[in-house]
Amino acid sequence: MEETLRFKLNGKPTTVTVDSDRLLLWVLRTDLGLTGTKYGCGESFCGACTVIVDGEAVRSCQTPVKEVRDKEVVTIEGLAGESALHPVQKAFMEHDALQCGYCTPGMIMNAYSFLRKHPKPSVAEIVEGMEDDLCRCGAHNRIIRAIQAAATEMHGGH
Amino acid sequence: MNEYQYWANDAEEAAFPMDRRRFLKTSGTGIFLFFKIRDISFITQEGPGRVLPQTLPSDFNAYLKIGEDGRVACYTGKIEMGQGIVTSLAQMLADELDVHIDNVDMVMGDTDLCPWDRGTFGSLSTRAFGPSLRTAAAEARRVLIDMASERLKVPAKDLATEGGAVFDRTDTKTRTSYAALAKGKKIERHLTDPVVVKKPSEFKIMSKPLTRRDARDKVTGKAQYAGDIQLPGMLYAKILRPPAHGAKLIEADTAEAEKVKGARVIRDGELVAVLHKYPDVAQSALSKIKAKFGTPPPTPLSAVDDRTIYDHLLKAAPAGKVVASGGDLTAGEKESGSVLEQTYFNAYVAHAPMEPHTAVVKIEGKHATVWASTQAPFGAREEVAKELGFPVGDVRVITPFVGGGFGGKTAHGQVVEAARLARLSGAPVQVAWTRKEEFFYDTFRPAAVVKIRSGITGSGSISFWDYSVYFAGERGAPLFYDIPHHRTTAYNSSWVGAEGAHPFATGAWRAPGNNSNSFARESHIDIMAAKAGIDPVEFRLRHLSDAKMKRVLQTAAEKFGWKPAKSPSGRGLGVALGIDAGTYVATIAGVEVNKGTGEVRVKRVLAVQDMGLVVNPAGAAIQMEGCITMGLGYALREGLHFKGGEMSDLNFGTYEIPRFSWLPKIETHILDDENSPPQGGGEPAIVTMGAVIANAIYDAVGARLFELPMIPDRVKEAMHKG
Repeated sequence: MEETLRFKLNGKPTTVTVDSDRLLLWVLRTDLGLTGTKYGCGESFCGACTVIVDGEAVRSCQTPVKEVRDKEVVTIEGLAGESALHPVQKAFMEHDALQCGYCTPGMIMNAYSFLRKHPKPSVAEIVEGMEDDLCRCGAHNRIIRAIQAAATEMHGGH
Repeated sequence: MNEYQYWANDAEEAAFPMDRRRFLKTSGTGIFLFFKIRDISFITQEGPGRVLPQTLPSDFNAYLKIGEDGRVACYTGKIEMGQGIVTSLAQMLADELDVHIDNVDMVMGDTDLCPWDRGTFGSLSTRAFGPSLRTAAAEARRVLIDMASERLKVPAKDLATEGGAVFDRTDTKTRTSYAALAKGKKIERHLTDPVVVKKPSEFKIMSKPLTRRDARDKVTGKAQYAGDIQLPGMLYAKILRPPAHGAKLIEADTAEAEKVKGARVIRDGELVAVLHKYPDVAQSALSKIKAKFGTPPPTPLSAVDDRTIYDHLLKAAPAGKVVASGGDLTAGEKESGSVLEQTYFNAYVAHAPMEPHTAVVKIEGKHATVWASTQAPFGAREEVAKELGFPVGDVRVITPFVGGGFGGKTAHGQVVEAARLARLSGAPVQVAWTRKEEFFYDTFRPAAVVKIRSGITGSGSISFWDYSVYFAGERGAPLFYDIPHHRTTAYNSSWVGAEGAHPFATGAWRAPGNNSNSFARESHIDIMAAKAGIDPVEFRLRHLSDAKMKRVLQTAAEKFGWKPAKSPSGRGLGVALGIDAGTYVATIAGVEVNKGTGEVRVKRVLAVQDMGLVVNPAGAAIQMEGCITMGLGYALREGLHFKGGEMSDLNFGTYEIPRFSWLPKIETHILDDENSPPQGGGEPAIVTMGAVIANAIYDAVGARLFELPMIPDRVKEAMHKG
């Protein structure tokens, strides 16, 4: 059903008039032009489409856009806010925690949400928290180290 | 003959329409240096088995530009798919030319701006392209010094370069920047004479670890992939697909799909597609089409499944070709105390890059522009030109960042589909395969069989080796152990199968052929070591005279803390060796096997590599880690399920790729060999992964696995057999 939805996107009030059963991933990528959020599998297996809705990591490929009505959505484009880079983004860069980069936005968004809940995570907790995010290039161990580094920095200064 | 004129002959000169003036016209003012890859021998050996151009370029296939803004650009048809050449190639250029790396631009994979290149595969960018790039940069530096000499009235021998400027050694205030030298100029040079490049001791940027130059764009979501290209009026296409390979469309009722607001249904022969300005709406409209497909006519292939495929392949195999031999097998057999005969199998494996195949095509009049996720933009250009009936010069392929390739994106059916639909619809069209389509139309790593018959003498020496490989390809089959009597035979020597061999497309998969060959060879060597009752590291060393291979193995054993023991020792340790893309690898792994479930947990993997000169040690280590991680997949879980042309694994729910919890501790070591030419980095460390885990499982529980992947049921079955 076509309707007008309001929500906050990367800190800005946003209005879209769309068929509200459409999936958030495609509304973000096409209607709103935010292509940092990726399609990887379309069935919630890989996590490339992860965005934050009201502080929770969600798979936008399985989320009807109507579910974000009046909520706050953050995508990779809005993660850093006013700063140049969020500590998680910076840590991924410094640890070379990426290769092709296609899974990276989803990885970072999930790591961000994970760190909000686990400010001082153990390696086992990171593995469990990131387990359903797939990377084919094999950057896993570096991603774990990047998340540890980001945790330290966020704990220290944020 | 000049070494840079390897291809030059009149016929090729005439046939290849490379238009240098076109590049110069579009590229503005500056100093241009044209060069080409020196040694084509790599390329003919290790290409993906397709995408050959009509002709090979005879004059140049890359160039440098020193612009009047002081920026230096390298224009190359190579592409960046995660392997990191956007960093390592820039390092080579910056170092040889003495400019800051931040002032280097890599212009890659654009067929209008970059000269022809066959494609990015075979770990060739550093070892084949790199030396030429360095030479070209060194020559450009020489040109700049000559120009500065004239301008500054200082003899060239007194001039030196640093940070994008030429200066007088005796009076460092007398200087001029590259930018000033290039200003208003249009200078064209060709690399013809051999040029002296820097010695490793002179490197300032090369051989120093550098983080990825594209990381910032990738962590902020700015990096664009083909699917991120959005054009005014562009439509997303979703295509009706058959339920199985070979199934033909009988009828399609598109009435309901046509009712969807804004949807356009295109029918052209068997092609049925829905186009819409939103991809998800196109997809849901497509699902409203009622289609009937016929069952494909029965063939030997339609009854084949993932269990019976190996019998089928052995029956379908063409005549064998002996690729290497020495000594006399009969004599070798007579010297043998025991003869060991085994057959090794490996399943079809998907490339499964996180970015599915995607392309955008825009046709304006008689010109087409293509944005494609491809490892071979020039191959894609030819295919699009053919589809549209355009001369190749009227098709431009632009390659944005590629979200993983692993060989799979040397094939690009999606590009042709997008071109066809753009022509039929009159609109710019994006075709982005769904994950399901990706798993259906991939060019899989072929299922393969290796048969080995070998013997050992009473004193524990390998007496003969008779090796036959079916359908994997020859890469990695040549023997590097010293065995007096040996023969290597390839049946269907390419990873692209003979007609009627495979139920779906197969192709090059990271280190093609070598994963299958190394699994078989290194497992079999281990079987012989166990039979002889000799420690597997010691047994290998006894049969090696290649100093490089001995050194990587000895280093690996030392770094791992290997203590000699005959297998099975119960410790769960395995070793395997391999050579790929010129690089030598020794891998040692430690595993734990759950005797109840057959589950294998890899705890530690250590790999040592001799890859010659290392341009970016950080990038090389990452590639090794990536190889080891990806290798866990085909070793332990990845194997396609299918029946005839019907695919059972169409997403990551059933096709499992490595995930965080699988990761062992990974240690990588690269031997110092800076005076040898650089070798491949993106593939070698994956080839040993099947055997190193199989050998570690044997060492843990005394069960020998002969088939990949080593899923828990197979491990349990092997344990029962003892």
